[in-house]
Amino acid sequence: MRLRLRLRTLLLAAVAALAIAAAPQAVAATPQTSLSDIEDEVMCPVCGVALNIAESPQADDERALIRDLVAKGLTKEEIKQRLVAEYGQAVLAEPDDEGFDLAAWVVPAAVVAVLIAAGALLLPRWRRRARAAADGTGAGAGPELSADDARRLDEDLARFR
Amino acid sequence: MRRSAVPFVAILAVAALVGLLVYGVAAKSPDTTFEDAIDQGKRPAAPDLALPVLGDDGEQRSLADFRGGVVVLNFWASWCDPCKAEAPELERAYRRLTARGDGTVLGVTFRDASRDSLEFVDEFGLTYPSVRDVDGKLAREYGTRALPETFVIDREGRVVAVARGTVDREFLDRAIDEALAT
Repeated sequence: MRLRLRLRTLLLAAVAALAIAAAPQAVAATPQTSLSDIEDEVMCPVCGVALNIAESPQADDERALIRDLVAKGLTKEEIKQRLVAEYGQAVLAEPDDEGFDLAAWVVPAAVVAVLIAAGALLLPRWRRRARAAADGTGAGAGPELSADDARRLDEDLARFR
Repeated sequence: MRRSAVPFVAILAVAALVGLLVYGVAAKSPDTTFEDAIDQGKRPAAPDLALPVLGDDGEQRSLADFRGGVVVLNFWASWCDPCKAEAPELERAYRRLTARGDGTVLGVTFRDASRDSLEFVDEFGLTYPSVRDVDGKLAREYGTRALPETFVIDREGRVVAVARGTVDREFLDRAIDEALAT
């Protein structure tokens, strides 16, 4: 009876020791990313600049939040999602898709579209011009020679043959 | 004809850029729609939006939930220093409004992590509810540019008074009296 009690006590102690040893491993998650990897891709929404160059108490709070999320083992994308949930879309280092910020998306696209249209319009014209010049029929061939000039040119060329 | 197309396109491009610049300046200018209407003796309708409650994202609140009572709508954030100065006055206004069932104070946090907002609530012992305007949609509706900003709304959901900056006891008492009078 006493032996059984001792065995049970020993078994309980062993289980408790194992649980204590395993506990820190369960709590400490493996970091998937780092603060420096994230802070150049997000904004300090209050300061209006990227977090990696922001120097304000608000930026420090945001960094502290990111550090906590990194320590919890969240991935970069998961941390960005959490930041959006806390600070809104403005935390992502990209312009809004409405209001004046929409211009940041529309203007480059419009410039590219105009350049493509201009290219499509002008390239065939330039190509035609270049081809005509090569054939000697276009503007690049120069003015027509008079009969006298043609004769003198033939004579000069004959001298070099 | 072909030669005249180049300056035409250049002028069009410059005009488009100038137009964009003008639009940008106009879009970033302070919105004084509410102040202008109130100055003319009008009471503009208060924009409303259901937003998650601070500390309980599963629950949503909107102005409609408080219809029939006066609402002191206050945009704030934990990082806003003037918000700290006015917090006790807003808490006092809340107690005054709830004492007789006349209405409430409703805080709206703006670009603030909820844990920082909750620390602020604890620090100043605030008992009035707050909602989280994560993307600033409600703030945009009210033309909010800098914190704090406060809008006093009457029982019919119309804006009676606006304070773009810190509110004091005098402003709150006067605005609440005016809202209750209707």
